[in-house]
Amino acid sequence: MSYEFLTIYWRDMLRFVRFRIALVASLIQPALWMALYGAAMSSNFSRLSSGMTVPDGGMAVSYLTFMGAGVIALTTLFTSLFGGITLLFDKNWGLMRELLASPMPRNHIIIGIGLSGVTKSFIQSMVIMAFGLVIGVRFFPGYSLLQTAGAILGILLFVGIFSLGFLFLSSAISMTMETPEGLQAVITLLTLPLFFASNALYPIDAFPGMVRIISQFNPLTHLVNGVRYFAIGSDFYAIGIHYVYGMNDVLISLLALIIFAAAMFLVAWRVFKKAVVT
Amino acid sequence: MSENIIEVNGLEYSYGNFKAVDGVSFFVREGEIFSFLGPNGAGKSTVINILTTLLPLQKGTVRIAGYDLSKEPEQVRRSIGIVFQDETLDRDLTVWETLELHGRIYSMPKSERRERIDEIIKLVELQEKRDVRTRNLSGGMKRRLEIGRGLMTRPKVLFLDEPTIGLDTQTRRRLWDYIKMVNDSGTAIFLTTHYMDEADLVSNWIDIVDHGKIIASGAPIALKDALGRDVIYLQTDNDEAATGILKGLKAVQNIKATSQGLVVTINADGTRCLPVIMNRLHERGIDIKSVNLKKPTLDDVFVHYTGRDIRNAGAEKLPRIQPKGGR
Repeated sequence: MSYEFLTIYWRDMLRFVRFRIALVASLIQPALWMALYGAAMSSNFSRLSSGMTVPDGGMAVSYLTFMGAGVIALTTLFTSLFGGITLLFDKNWGLMRELLASPMPRNHIIIGIGLSGVTKSFIQSMVIMAFGLVIGVRFFPGYSLLQTAGAILGILLFVGIFSLGFLFLSSAISMTMETPEGLQAVITLLTLPLFFASNALYPIDAFPGMVRIISQFNPLTHLVNGVRYFAIGSDFYAIGIHYVYGMNDVLISLLALIIFAAAMFLVAWRVFKKAVVT
Repeated sequence: MSENIIEVNGLEYSYGNFKAVDGVSFFVREGEIFSFLGPNGAGKSTVINILTTLLPLQKGTVRIAGYDLSKEPEQVRRSIGIVFQDETLDRDLTVWETLELHGRIYSMPKSERRERIDEIIKLVELQEKRDVRTRNLSGGMKRRLEIGRGLMTRPKVLFLDEPTIGLDTQTRRRLWDYIKMVNDSGTAIFLTTHYMDEADLVSNWIDIVDHGKIIASGAPIALKDALGRDVIYLQTDNDEAATGILKGLKAVQNIKATSQGLVVTINADGTRCLPVIMNRLHERGIDIKSVNLKKPTLDDVFVHYTGRDIRNAGAEKLPRIQPKGGR
């Protein structure tokens, strides 16, 4: 077993901490999202769904709490999709030749970048949860301290696997692209459908049939399922819809994310094995 | 045990239909400075990229430090140091971090790594820049750092791809001092450069490559001598008579009369011909006012072998210069 991927991790985290502006922006952005979009939409949705009643004993969840899980998911998506961009810069103007000509196995580059990206997503998720609790997101309702800790670990598990998948994809794209502009275009192209055909900010139930099927294959949907299960519970009402997450649903979502991440790793590995940078 | 640190046989490389390297063979002895020269697009970079494992080996055999490149690329990587033509630094890492990263990806144990980093920083005189990010270093300092980095693992051979390009004369001289110092301690150097004067000064052996083939090979002095283009400049009190006398000499190839005197091209070693010529003129009562001898430079050699007329004639007709007991 060799541990050179830790070196790649170390270097990427050094840069993360060093770029204060990027660091601060990456933490402020999700907070702003919650504060502005969340507050605005939440009053709209509560007006629209005011006529809908929740049966006795059912747990009603505010829109802010509902979308809190979505914001964690979307932030993880954006951060991870751009997580590989450092490789493009390395390739064009930096360290890539040094890395590729070294005896270090190439998959260590992918793994190192993956781990540092996951770390960044963890930090962001924790910040969003903390900030959310401050502005009125009701996560972990009635949980004991131990249950809360368990729920947070569950959320991080989902965030971590999802994040790895997109970091591997991002690394593969970055290694293939020639320019940052090209990368930007491809990632934007990927982001929008992932974003809209998911249950991050609104329920899937009312989607037209085709979009609903697509959304079932969207890793973002599976991440949101997992986060909601752990953060809110297995049985709740939001925006007039009854949400029930069985253990099976959660496991299927977890499995879907694992398969996605594994597939993306293979894609990235293939790209790196063939990569020629001179 | 082979005493050649690099052995290349029948190396070929094609980009699609374009054959960039067309059957190149050469060897580099342990501890020598070997220069690989050629015009842009001659195939130099392709060769250096294959030898440093950045490009796959398509055809031919390469042994570096005793390892077969096709079978043990990882061992080859561990045995070599590389200074790339373009800057290959993370501009947001400090000098120390740059070396630390290198030591780590080459799996150097921590204590050895830390010790070597201190040594290297001292060697390339960057003690005061130890914790400065590389973006804030001058061009010469960056180069020194990259050379130091290439030496971290004590490689048997250091590849230097245009190490002094874009640097001022003073910085270049200092860099050569480092490179010679490194070489003196036993590390062989594989060098490509555009600066002929530098290659001339430092190389033990030079291969000139063009159109993917090696077209001349030899020690710098032998290459220059073999060109047979020594030029003697003469000022006499009677140029006309002198011309008549010199025409009869076998070594004289061409005589041109100019307002500055005679320009005599000879096809033998000028240092030996000059006394003969001077004696002959003196015997005939011709008074010599001034004399100058110019040996061809490596630039002349380079232009001779890679110049346009040579290209049209076809490189394969050129002689291969292998002086006896060259190295």
